[in-house]
Order: sequence, then C-alpha cells, then structure tokens
Amino acid sequence: MPYQELKMYQTGTFVVGNRLLDPDQRSVQARVDRSNALTSGHRACQGCGEALGARYVLDTAMSATGNQLIAANATGCLEVFSTPYPESSWGLPWIHSLFGNAPAVATGVAAALRAKGRDEVRVIGQGGDGGTLDIGFACLSGLFERNDDVLFVCYDNEAYMNTGVQRSGATPPAARTATTKPVGDEPGNVFGQGKNAPLIAMAHEIPYVATATVSELRDLEAKVERAMEFRGARYLHVFVPCPLGWGSASRDTIRIARLAKETGLFPVFEAENGEVVSVSKIRRPVPVEDYLKLQRRYAHLFGDNGRPDVIARLQEIADRNIRRFGLLGKDEGPPGEATDAAGLPPGQQGPVEAADRETNLMRLLAETHHGAQ
Amino acid sequence: MFQLRIHGRGGQGVVTAAELVSIAAFVEGRHAQAFPSFGSERSGAPVVSFCRIDDREIRVREPISEPDALIIQDPTLLHQVDVFGGLSDDGYILINSSRSLQELGLGELSERFRSERMLAVPATDLAREYLGRPLPNAVLLGGFAALTGLISIDSVAAAIRQKFPGPVGERNVVAARKAFEHVRAERGEPARA
Amino acid sequence: MLKQEEGSRAVAEAVALCRPEVICAYPISPQTHIVEHLSDLVRTHDLDPCEYVSVESEFAAMSVAIGASAAGARAYTATASQGLLYMAEALYNASGLGLPIVMTVANRAIGAPINIWNDHSDTMSQRDSGWVQLYAETNQEALDLHIQAYRLAEEISLPVMVCMDGFILTHAYERVDVPTQEQVDAFLPAYEPRQVLDPAEPVTIGAMVGPEAFFEVKYLAHAKQMQALDVISEVAADFAAAFRRESGGLLRPYRADGAETIVVALGSVLGTIEETIDELRDEGVSIGALGIKTFRPFPLDEVREALADAKRVIVLEKALAVGIGGIVSANVRMALSGVQLHGYTVIAGLGGRAITQQSLRRLFKDGVADKLKPLTFLDMDWELVERELERMRSGPSGPHEQNMLRDIGVVAAGSH
Repeated sequence: MPYQELKMYQTGTFVVGNRLLDPDQRSVQARVDRSNALTSGHRACQGCGEALGARYVLDTAMSATGNQLIAANATGCLEVFSTPYPESSWGLPWIHSLFGNAPAVATGVAAALRAKGRDEVRVIGQGGDGGTLDIGFACLSGLFERNDDVLFVCYDNEAYMNTGVQRSGATPPAARTATTKPVGDEPGNVFGQGKNAPLIAMAHEIPYVATATVSELRDLEAKVERAMEFRGARYLHVFVPCPLGWGSASRDTIRIARLAKETGLFPVFEAENGEVVSVSKIRRPVPVEDYLKLQRRYAHLFGDNGRPDVIARLQEIADRNIRRFGLLGKDEGPPGEATDAAGLPPGQQGPVEAADRETNLMRLLAETHHGAQ
Repeated sequence: MFQLRIHGRGGQGVVTAAELVSIAAFVEGRHAQAFPSFGSERSGAPVVSFCRIDDREIRVREPISEPDALIIQDPTLLHQVDVFGGLSDDGYILINSSRSLQELGLGELSERFRSERMLAVPATDLAREYLGRPLPNAVLLGGFAALTGLISIDSVAAAIRQKFPGPVGERNVVAARKAFEHVRAERGEPARA
Repeated sequence: MLKQEEGSRAVAEAVALCRPEVICAYPISPQTHIVEHLSDLVRTHDLDPCEYVSVESEFAAMSVAIGASAAGARAYTATASQGLLYMAEALYNASGLGLPIVMTVANRAIGAPINIWNDHSDTMSQRDSGWVQLYAETNQEALDLHIQAYRLAEEISLPVMVCMDGFILTHAYERVDVPTQEQVDAFLPAYEPRQVLDPAEPVTIGAMVGPEAFFEVKYLAHAKQMQALDVISEVAADFAAAFRRESGGLLRPYRADGAETIVVALGSVLGTIEETIDELRDEGVSIGALGIKTFRPFPLDEVREALADAKRVIVLEKALAVGIGGIVSANVRMALSGVQLHGYTVIAGLGGRAITQQSLRRLFKDGVADKLKPLTFLDMDWELVERELERMRSGPSGPHEQNMLRDIGVVAAGSH
C-alpha cells in the first residue's frame, strides 16, 4: 500500500486528515455513511472527552462489524447524558443495567448470541473508570478470565464525574477531587495508590489490550478496528479529559489529552496476549508542568504555596513510564503502516514550535507538488 | 411407615447408603424418602442419614427420632454418640463389625431390644475382599435386607447397579449378596431369599 | 417417567427440559448439585444449544442473565441465602427491565451468624424486588414449578423465582415424575421477547427515568404482578390438564373447609403439618391448613376467602423480621383486614432447626385452646437465651455464637 509522506498540523483531523489521504485511509468519522451510533442531541458538557471518544469508538466498531453490534453500558456520565428519558442518542441496540455489571451484562449478551448461532453480531461493553476499575472490577476480571468475546472500553476521566467528581481507583496522585481536596498532609490524591487497568488486563493474557487518547483520533479508530479483528476478550483504555471535573477549558480537551501522552504520564500502546507489541512514541518529551498547569485540579501545586516537590514526583512517574514502555523515539508501529516523515502515523503530531510550522508548511507544499511516493 | 437411621462418619458413604435403600424401595414400587442430617460433612465427623419407606406418599420432613431400624457403619461411634436414641423396642440393629455384639460391649442391648433383631456383620472385611476397598455401605444393605426383609436382595442389587453402573456396581452387588448370605446363616435361615 | 432421585437433580432435569439458552452458575450451598448437573448436560450436549457461563459471583450471575435475556435468550440461574443478597441490586434491575429470567432459590438462612441450613429468610428479604415468588412443597412441585415459571415469566414479562427448601428438598431423594421433552415443548413454546437487543431494530434499554415518569413505570410492575394472579392460576390449570397432576397455583387448602383453626405455611413444612392435621382430625379437632404457593404477588382475596370463616389462624413461618415479628403473618393479616378472628404467629425452623410432628401437635393443641401468645418461637431454648442475656448484662461478653455454642457443648464435640 503506497503511503503519503505528510506533515500534519493538528488544525482538525477532518480538514487535514482526510482530504489529502487515500479514501481507504480516511477516518471513519470522515465518512458520510458513518453510523452516528452516538448521535447528536445528547446532554454532554461542552468539551466532553468521553462523548468524543465514544462517538469515535462506536462508529468505528459499527463500521468494522457491518453495523452488527450491541452495546452494554455502565451507569455513569455516558449513560446519563445519552439517555434522558424519553430520548436516546443511541443508534445501535444498547442496554444499561447497573453501575458494576456492564462487563457481565456484555458477557450475557455474547452468550445469548452464541447460543443462537449469531456469530456475526459483536458485543461492546463500556463504562467510565469508576464503573470499570472499582465497582465493576470483579466482573471485568471474570470476563477476561473466561475470555468472553467482548470488547470492553473504559473511558478514563480519572474520577467519578457524574456524581460530582469523587476520587476513583484511577485518580492520579496529587489530583484534586471532591474527596481528595488539597488539604491535610498530602494535598490532592495520595501517592502510592491506584490501579493500572491496562497492565491488569494484560496480566489476564487476553488477546488484545490497547490504550488510546482523544488527541489521536485516527489512532483510536485504528485500535478499535484492530480489536474487532480478534475474537475473545479485548480491552481498550481511552484517556478522556473532563473539563468540568479537571477544571480545564473546554477547548483544551484534545490538547490536554495530547500532553498526557507527550509527557509520558499516559503511555499509549498495544499488547497482545499479555505482551506489548507496539508503542506510540514521544518525539520530544514535554515536562509534566505543561500538562498540569492547564487543569485547576492541579492548581494547588503551583503559585505561592506551590509544591514543586510533588510536581517532581509526578515527573518521576512520567519518566518511569517512558523508561518502562520505551516511549522515546520515532514510532515503529506494526509493519506497513503509513508514517510521516517524522515517523508518526498520519494525523499524529507532537506539539510544534512556531518556527517549525513554517518549515513544515513549505515542505508539505513541496512534497504534494511532487506527488505521492 | 418404616424408618431407618444410618450412623457413620463422613467419607464412609452413609448418605449414599440411605439413597440406595430408597432406590431399592422405589424398585419395589414403594414410596421412599432419603436424606442426610446436614451437619458439617468433613471426613471423619459423625454423620447420620435417614430413609423412610411407605406405601403412600411420605409427607413428613423431620429427622427420624424414632427409627424402626439402625445401621451403624462405624462401631467407634457406639460409645461416642447416642446411636440407639429413640429406637423402638422391636427395632432392628445392624452393626458393621467383625466382632460380636458381646465383644463390642453391647451385651445389655439384648435386654432392651429383641436379640434376634440385632446383628453384627463384618461388612468392611467383605468390602475389602470383594471391592478391594474398605467401603462397607452397600455391603451392609445386603445384611439389612436379610435382617429386616423390608427390601429384597434383588432390589438392593438393582439399586446398587443404578447408582454405580459398571464393574464397581457389580462388585458391590457381589459383596452385598455375601453379606445377605452371612446374615441369613447367622440367623439359621436358608441362604436363598 | 418415574424416578427416585435427589431433588436438585430433578430440578436440573426440569430446567433442561425448558431448553434454556444461557445458564450462569455460581456455587453456593445448597444449590450446587443443580448447577453441577446442568453443567454435565451442557458438556455432553444433552442440553444444546446452551451456553454455560461460570461466573465470578452471584451479582455477575444475575447480570449475565440480564444481558442474555435482553438479547432474547431463555436464561437461568440458581442461588441461595448470601448469594441472593449479593445479587439484590440486580434482582430489582431484572424485574424493573421486565426480563423473564427464572431462578431457583434453595432457601437458606442468612448470616451472621453464618448458617447453611434451611429457612426462608433469603427469599423473604427480597419479597419486594418485583420478582414473582413461588414456593414448592415437594420435589415434584419444585420440578413442575420451573416449567410453569418460564411460561408465566414470558407471558407477563417478569422474572420468577422458584423457592425450594435447601437440604430438606434439594438433598432429599424421593419419587418424582419427570415429563418428556415432547410434553414440555407442547406446554412451553419458544421464548418470544417483548423487547430484544437486535441490530435489525435497535432499542435503548435501561434509560434514566425522572420524577415525571418513574411513578408510572413502577406502577406498571405492580400492575403486571396483579395480572399475574390470574395468569398463575391459568398456567397451573393448563399444567394440571397437560401433566395430570396438581402443582403450583396460588394456594392449596388442606382439610380447611369448615375448619375452626387453620394453619398457614409455605414450603416443605406443609407436609409435616398435614400429617399433624390428620392426627388431630382423627381426635376430633376441627383444624385444617392453607399452603401458600404464590407469595408474590400475594393473593389477598384468595387468602381472605380461605380464612374468613375460621375462628383462628396460626401462621407458621420460617423467617423473622427482626424488630417486629412475622413476615408472612403481616401479609396474611393484610388479607384479613376487617375480619374478626384470633391470629397467632409462630416463628419456627430458623437456621434449619427441625420442625417435628410432636412439636406441631403440641403447638396446634395450644392454639386451638387459645393458649398461644400472639408471637411464639417454636422450640426456642429459652434457658440458653437467658444465660446469654445475663452475660450481656454483666459487661462485655464476647461473640454470642461462641458463648452459646459452648453452652450447648457443640464446639467441643462434632454436631450430629
């Protein structure tokens, strides 16, 4: 498959990511016939990372399965903002049962389909970090252990958002939530706690585990497509900023997600049968401050009573992730996948300095003038 | 209604014995109800099971406190647990032992109960000989059939075969018949049913 | 076909005959033999097509059943006691979503203190969950009720729990008549869901409903249970016609016509009660019994009609509402509102305490003579209780169970 060497600006994946690409490389979202499985009219906040992520995930899964998809959803923001009785945003068969049982409900749906010999219909389970990592954890582990044929997606906004921003097992250290306020001995959430869901999923040695963010939406789509190529238990952990809960500007959602990746705080990778098979590289690591200062949930670490020592500990976490996952360098990725001149797949880009932009634009114009390789 | 109580220890097949009696009665077209006392069933702990037999539907559900017959699979229980509690004066007692009732220290029992209805059968020895394992439960039922005449030895055999199809069942049937003959002989009765 | 087998096995065979498509199982005494046998049937393809899912908890079991049922499969699970409580949230969810799941509950006491023996605390604690609750008196009835349960559940779109006394029924060998597959197929058609998750026609199940509509949606669940009162009788009548025996229904009176004293109870204890009734009738006592087969919906009119002419009613129940008293008796009293008669509540058999014919005889005679207190605890060891209360009065005394078990001498010796 020929690839086009392109340098992308993150001006919007729709504009740049599709017009200049071969049709079969364009995003699912760009297609006129996308399913709109999570259609407009829902009540999500302005800038909601979860709504963005869910839309991409579901439309991709629908496309990958020929619209033969059933979804089981945990209680949480996604469920609440999408189904205000008597309306529903869901264009696919969808069930919400309880907070802690979405994985088990998905298992049940999959079992029913198998009993009825309807192999072509696939199942997706989804929930937030609270529903997936805490209250739903036993059911999630059971699904993994039995290798049930379900793709489970966790939209991680790092706290119980729908109930008012309380701490969950996914809340990062030092983050402010309603139950981890910046008071007392350790301001914000304490260090030394929390679950690494993707690693736990990998420990179950299920066929496919991946992490993704809403800043690299093509990557997110690719991972959903990849996941749907497998049968058995699959887990996708999507980093989704929450402007309301994190105290960030609604226009910064995608930027914050990118910074989470570029600092190393949120490693982006794929694993199969318990082993990492690909990693999204960081070309130029960004200090964690750049990520933290955009969010009021970390405001207590800055200013007159700031805590540079805490920031340093957060930096250590980022550095450790970089070391542990080998995050530095150019993307290797699976063979045959298109990458741009800097080694990133189309649509991905690290933060670019102003001076670079002009050079890049000139190069882009020159290359397209010469045509694709 | 006939009420049987079986005493033994966990792991000796006491519950199965009661079930086998109930199946034998069923084979003969009678109603039967078999159930265990539901104590802690760890190996070695005293266990009791029950079987009621009647010609009409059995409705009562309580443990048997006034049995018409006792089977004691493990003689070490004799002086530990009140195995004879509630036994009617005309009751039957079958004890798994190669020793006599006198030797077991039960001589005075013949004053309370009818001596011709009390017997020891070396069921564990027979089980070792014919099954290769010291599992006396099915074997004892052969003796029980001979002692009480409540169920026939053929029904006992049918019950054993139903629960344990194949060679295991066959060996148990042989051993049960041996026990049946043993009891018949002890009582001076002809060996055939 | 007539068989002599364990109650659990009979129930497993009945469930298999109903052609479930998804079975989810989590083990708990005393239901394990049911799910074990069903597992065998699935593995040997005797039960096929059927997916057997070994779940990680009872909460998961009911959740898997919810997903399966919503996707159009006939679903089954079984539990008891602690397991039923663990899935409590999911019980309400299943009934609220109108999913026709059938579940066996092998009635068992609820801890603390932990106890694996029979009483009705578990299903009584979930009487308001929106599930239909049917109580079996014998293993034959337990078998039959599962077949009726699927027909009922799928007709009214509500889940049904079939309650059978743990150990007393589940582990008892008795004669049962197991129907043929043809008979069951003729009685129980394939499941046709009222709503189903299907890509061909997407629906949203489980939306949030606010104050503007919740009341009405909830009322519909109640309305369905009221409808069920009629459907239960119809299904039982159809069953009797097809299988030629009486099983299930709302109530079963026993020699209650014209009886001055009527004893009301649920489950297997009715057998012992009936024997005692016969004994007393032979002695000229005017006494009868009323077996409640369907506890939810509660047949208020039928109970009233059955009891209104009696002089006294003794409700014997295997559950205790701590802090107030009887549960069944409170429901019976509601049926009798406005009717003048003596009512007695007897709590019996908790935690597997045997209910003997001898005790019942004494109890009923006292009842007939109006010598009973309004609330009686049958065969309670009052001395033991007093000793423990005395200990409590004199300061920190340690765990009750430990003290009382030591008093009985159970801790040192093995129980028997």
